[in-house]
Amino acid sequence: MNRQTPLSINIGRVMIYLLLVAFALLYLAPLYVMIATSFKDIEEIRSGNLMAPPLSPTFYAWTKAWSSACTGSECEGLAPFFWNSVKIVVPAVSISTIIGAFNGYALAKWRFKGSEFLFGALLFGCFIPFQVILLPMAKLLGSLGLANTVTGLVMVHVIYGVAFTTLFFRNYYVGVPTELVRAARLDGAGFLNTFRYIFLPLSTPIFVVTVIWQFTQIWNDFLFGVVYSGAGTQPITVALNNLVNTSVGGKEYNVDMAAAIIAALPTLVVYVVAGKYFVRGLTAGAVKG
Amino acid sequence: MLNYLEKHLPKIVLAPTTIVMIVCMYGFIAWTGLLSLTKSRMMPQWEFVGLDQYVRLFANPRWDVAVDNLFIFLILFIIIALVLGLLLAIFLDQKIRVEGAIRTIYLYPMAISFIVTGTAWKWILNPGLGIEKLFRDLGFAGFEFRWLVDSDMAIYTIVIAAVWQSSGFVMALFLAGLRGVDDNLTKAAKIDGASTVRLYWHIILPLMRPVFFSAIVILTHIAIKSFDLVQALTGGGPGYSSDLPANFMYTFSFNRAQIGMGAASAMIMLFGVLAVLIPYLYSELREKK
Repeated sequence: MNRQTPLSINIGRVMIYLLLVAFALLYLAPLYVMIATSFKDIEEIRSGNLMAPPLSPTFYAWTKAWSSACTGSECEGLAPFFWNSVKIVVPAVSISTIIGAFNGYALAKWRFKGSEFLFGALLFGCFIPFQVILLPMAKLLGSLGLANTVTGLVMVHVIYGVAFTTLFFRNYYVGVPTELVRAARLDGAGFLNTFRYIFLPLSTPIFVVTVIWQFTQIWNDFLFGVVYSGAGTQPITVALNNLVNTSVGGKEYNVDMAAAIIAALPTLVVYVVAGKYFVRGLTAGAVKG
Repeated sequence: MLNYLEKHLPKIVLAPTTIVMIVCMYGFIAWTGLLSLTKSRMMPQWEFVGLDQYVRLFANPRWDVAVDNLFIFLILFIIIALVLGLLLAIFLDQKIRVEGAIRTIYLYPMAISFIVTGTAWKWILNPGLGIEKLFRDLGFAGFEFRWLVDSDMAIYTIVIAAVWQSSGFVMALFLAGLRGVDDNLTKAAKIDGASTVRLYWHIILPLMRPVFFSAIVILTHIAIKSFDLVQALTGGGPGYSSDLPANFMYTFSFNRAQIGMGAASAMIMLFGVLAVLIPYLYSELREKK
């Protein structure tokens, strides 16, 4: 037996704690740098360094990033694009989640010949690199008159989000005892009533997981945004990238950082408030997806 | 009539998704595949030229660089993220008091978009005012860190930012795996006198095999799709030295009016994903049976 003395246990544990805290600081450092930089003026950025705290904090960068920074030819800040993202995210998340709930329910508890195959074929959609559908989708949006529109972007996000939402709901509903469904059927409940009275009341957690997942995915999307949006309809990620790459009269790193935080804030808030569900979505989408 | 409807309701519910899936996933993949066999440039045109676009693609030095970069990025990103994620998970699994808070810190970058991550790291790695200045201020007068503007090193900045963003997620996957290990197993090993290191190396790590698999598949998937990170952090530069295939596809399809070659590059990306995915799904399905 190798009995460890209390002292050596303590040293080991202290090392572990030190390492964990060191890494935590390392992970936090970029966020700290962003926040600190966003409150400095350009003079202070030039004279100080990354880790130096802002000595005379100013909101200049924040107001500019929100309302007057240039994102290409127009200079209205990120505000209009923030609302574009909201206009894209709200319908895209709601529609894809509702469709996913019904799909998942049907695939989990009302199996028919070929339903497993259908599920497999749909699952594949979670994995394809979207580059492979970019060109034909551009053509389709063009011929529907939806090129460069918010509606078009909502449609694209719904189409390629449904694979994930269906997967989430299907895997969740598979765990609901089939006896419940049989009993409901004996009582005369059909497809819709069984869903409404048995499945829906059980579904709050999976709705939360799915909505958070979809919200994060769509808010953070850049690829679809940059390809399918036009001058007035760009989502915030595209606008942020344009803002950083537009330099009219000298680079303002403080404005870049304030803009980046604005773009990240909604998903960060969701993460802090509902982290548990966020992680569950990640691992569910990942391990089984 | 009503009965018929009720009986087929699950199929009716799934019908729209099925149709959209067939058209917008499989149909579009086929469309892109066909397009890659034509001499299309600005607009799709259906004059077939066999594998010409693929030959031109592989003769293109820019594609060469993008593929090489992908391998460098893939290998380093996966190895570093796996090692870091696993170590952090093992440390966190030692009944740490503030585990929840630390876990939240490790994982928050995952809630942020690659565009924001890229913007933040672009500032941190800024030659002149970024890390370089920080270390000079700390007393290392000759310290140089200019990877962002060094065409040999730019790809490694992508690795740094991607690891920062994704290693917390790998940690979460491993932590979930470690929590699933039977307590009796570890107790038995401890009674047999196995040291902590031996316990992890010989007993627990082999049990983590499925987690390794999932993590590698997910990280590969993230790497092959990485487009926004490059776009925001280096813009593919200097020159095209830090391009990845996804950036190549975007540039040639949407900026250079070479959609035939763009389609060919997208197909290669798809094949790349399939080469990783098919063995994975195959082993997953076999385990279930």
